[in-house]
Parts: sequence; structure tokens; C-alpha cells
Amino acid sequence: MKHNLILRLVSKFLIPLIMLFALYVQFHGDFGPGGGFQAGVIFSAAFILYTLVFGLDAAEKIISPGLLKMFASLGVLIYAGTGVAGLLLGGKYLEYNVLASTNVAGQHLGILVIELGVGMTVASVMMIIFYAFAGRGRR
Amino acid sequence: MIIEYLSWFCLVSGGLLGIIGGIGMHRFPDFYSRLHAAGTTDTLCAALFLIGLGLQSGFTLASFKLFLIFAFIFFTSPTASHSLANAAMLGGLQPKVENDA
Repeated sequence: MKHNLILRLVSKFLIPLIMLFALYVQFHGDFGPGGGFQAGVIFSAAFILYTLVFGLDAAEKIISPGLLKMFASLGVLIYAGTGVAGLLLGGKYLEYNVLASTNVAGQHLGILVIELGVGMTVASVMMIIFYAFAGRGRR
Repeated sequence: MIIEYLSWFCLVSGGLLGIIGGIGMHRFPDFYSRLHAAGTTDTLCAALFLIGLGLQSGFTLASFKLFLIFAFIFFTSPTASHSLANAAMLGGLQPKVENDA
């Protein structure tokens, strides 16, 4: 564990910035390039970097596979729940216009919430896949 | 006008460095010298590109973003080279040394 001092230092410096960039991509997605999928992948890349440098056990202490499964399904729930909310408010399934007082505000809110769900699911599923691959030799 | 020339000078020399790095990566004999060719030219190549593009765009948000990219490449590229060389060394790959020179 002693030989990768530089790697550990640089990744300690970089991981928060990668996460910040993921959030930027997530919430800037309706004005510029980006969106939930890309943000989720970037966010999970930060965690995968952490796992590669500090080891699988340390990463599982931060966020356990069970919690990740919960987040993955929560993202799908948010996505589908937005659609159902549109139904309940008198529109079609996944119709954003009825979500807020005006059509434009409704579209804005709808796409933000949907992308949040997508980002959550993609990030957790990426991490679940990585955990599954990295932990193959253990059991 | 001068800024335009300076920017194109940076872009062209950055491109030249990239080409030199590529040639070095193909023609050097062993892993470490290839890594040296790629790793050392890579940082300056990217830096020159970004400086050239920054001169094109002036003091805008775009040039600030270019500066951020520059800062990250400045830290990550040498780290990547270092960890590659470190992994190769730990894996038992010996550098090619010419004794009969």
C-alpha cells in the first residue's frame, strides 16, 4: 500500500472535483451537453477510482452494495413516479406540462426530476457492476 | 494580430509535439522509453493546444474552462505516467539497458 503515494494523493484531490463535475453535467444537462446518463457514469467513475486506489473493502464501508441496490431502484421509482404524477395531475403518462403552473416551468421541472432518476440509477448500477467484477475472487 | 500569430504558433507546435510523441511511441524499443516519449510530450502538447485555444477565445468563460482542463491535465497526465511505470516496475518488467555501448 505504500508504493502508490502519488496516486493516492492525486486521487484524493481529484475525486471531489470529479463528483462536482458530475453534478454540473447533471444539472446543466438541459442547457448544454450532458444529462443523467453521462452524469451517472462520471459520478460512478469517481467511486471506481476510489475503489481502485484504496481497495474494495474501504469503498464498501462508504457505500454498501445493499444501499446501492436501494438507490438503483429509487432512481427508477423517481422516473416512473414522475410519469404517474403526470397521470394523477390530469395529463398523459410522462407529460411534463401539467407538473407546474405553466407549461415551460412544468417541462423544466419534469426533465430535471427525470434526469435525477436516470443519474441515480446509472451511477448505482455502474457501481454494482464494478463491485460484482472486483469482488469475484473473494467468495 | 500578434495574438492570432501567437495562438497559431502554440497550436502548430502543440500538434508537432503530439506527432513527435506518436512517432516516439511507435519507434522506441521498450516500454519505459515509450512511456517517456508519450508522457513527456503529452503534457506540453495538451498545454500548448489549450493555451492556443485560450488565446483565440480571449477572457471569456470558455477560456476559464480551458484553464480548468489545463489544470486537470497538468496533474493527471504525469500521475497516469507515474502509475503506469510504477505498475510495470512492480510487475517485474526490467528496463532495456545497453551495456556494450
